[in-house]
Amino acid sequence: MHDVKTDEALDSAWSGGKSPYAIGSKKLGMWLFIVSDTLTFSALLIVYSYSRLTNPDWPRPFPIFPAIAFSTTMTVVLLASSLTMVMAVMAAQRNDRKKTVMWMVATMVGGLLFTALHLTEWMNMITKEHFTITGNPEGTPLFGAVFFGITGLHMTHVMIGVIYLGIVAVGYGRGKFSAEDVEVNGLYWHFVDLVWMFVFPLIYLMSVKY
Amino acid sequence: MSSEAHAGEVDAGASVGTNLGIWIGLVAITFLEVFLAYEQLQPAVMLTILVVLSLVKAGMIMSYFMHLKYEKLSLVLLLVPAMIFCICMMFIFFFPEAFRLLQMRPH
Repeated sequence: MHDVKTDEALDSAWSGGKSPYAIGSKKLGMWLFIVSDTLTFSALLIVYSYSRLTNPDWPRPFPIFPAIAFSTTMTVVLLASSLTMVMAVMAAQRNDRKKTVMWMVATMVGGLLFTALHLTEWMNMITKEHFTITGNPEGTPLFGAVFFGITGLHMTHVMIGVIYLGIVAVGYGRGKFSAEDVEVNGLYWHFVDLVWMFVFPLIYLMSVKY
Repeated sequence: MSSEAHAGEVDAGASVGTNLGIWIGLVAITFLEVFLAYEQLQPAVMLTILVVLSLVKAGMIMSYFMHLKYEKLSLVLLLVPAMIFCICMMFIFFFPEAFRLLQMRPH
């Protein structure tokens, strides 16, 4: 099998080497996807800022208890799943397949728990507080479109991440995938976590009901 | 790249202890953010602090968890400046329009 790490072209990265960034094509591909997805989320957060700035009746529907406490728990769960993913990547680099799969399953559990908490929060907002994508009792209907749009796209990323983790965990456990595949999977998962580090303060903490 | 790094053999990355330290830092910043929300700061002050803290967290995640600190500089230069430039371009169009509309708000 051709091993990219022993490729002599890498010795002369700036002189037309095959791999000038000293990483495999899968990892480079994932990084380029992450850059493009960052711009998608940036655009959405800018739309949110724009809508918010221009609508004086923007709702502030999140009291510290229970809404902010709940979303803080979600944040910690997602952060914890990032740590387990780091452990999975480190185990994969040591070629410890059993531990890698174990940490990846732990990451999936974190992702599923985050999704379950998020859906609980959504259902509470929709059924009890009557916030929908087209309207709400507290202010501009734009809030629903922006809130459910941004958090929904993020939740979709989490759910896709859980499926992706499942596929790579099974493949790696059976020896079909390499440690690089686990690392690329980790990049995606950390990116999902990174996006939430902007969504949580900007959407939730800027809309606290006092 | 010299051959001592054996052709693209990148740094193994941070140790478990460093990663754990980064994680504790991320959780601590999250709780600091929540505390600021609890303190009812002025929205403009609050927004500025939150954006700065979020950028710090993003830097920590990208550098350590996403391993960018241990990659070749050429990869960092490929990814980060272009991304920041594009985001700044979006904001260049955002600010004049947003402030014009802000002034048109009914008082």
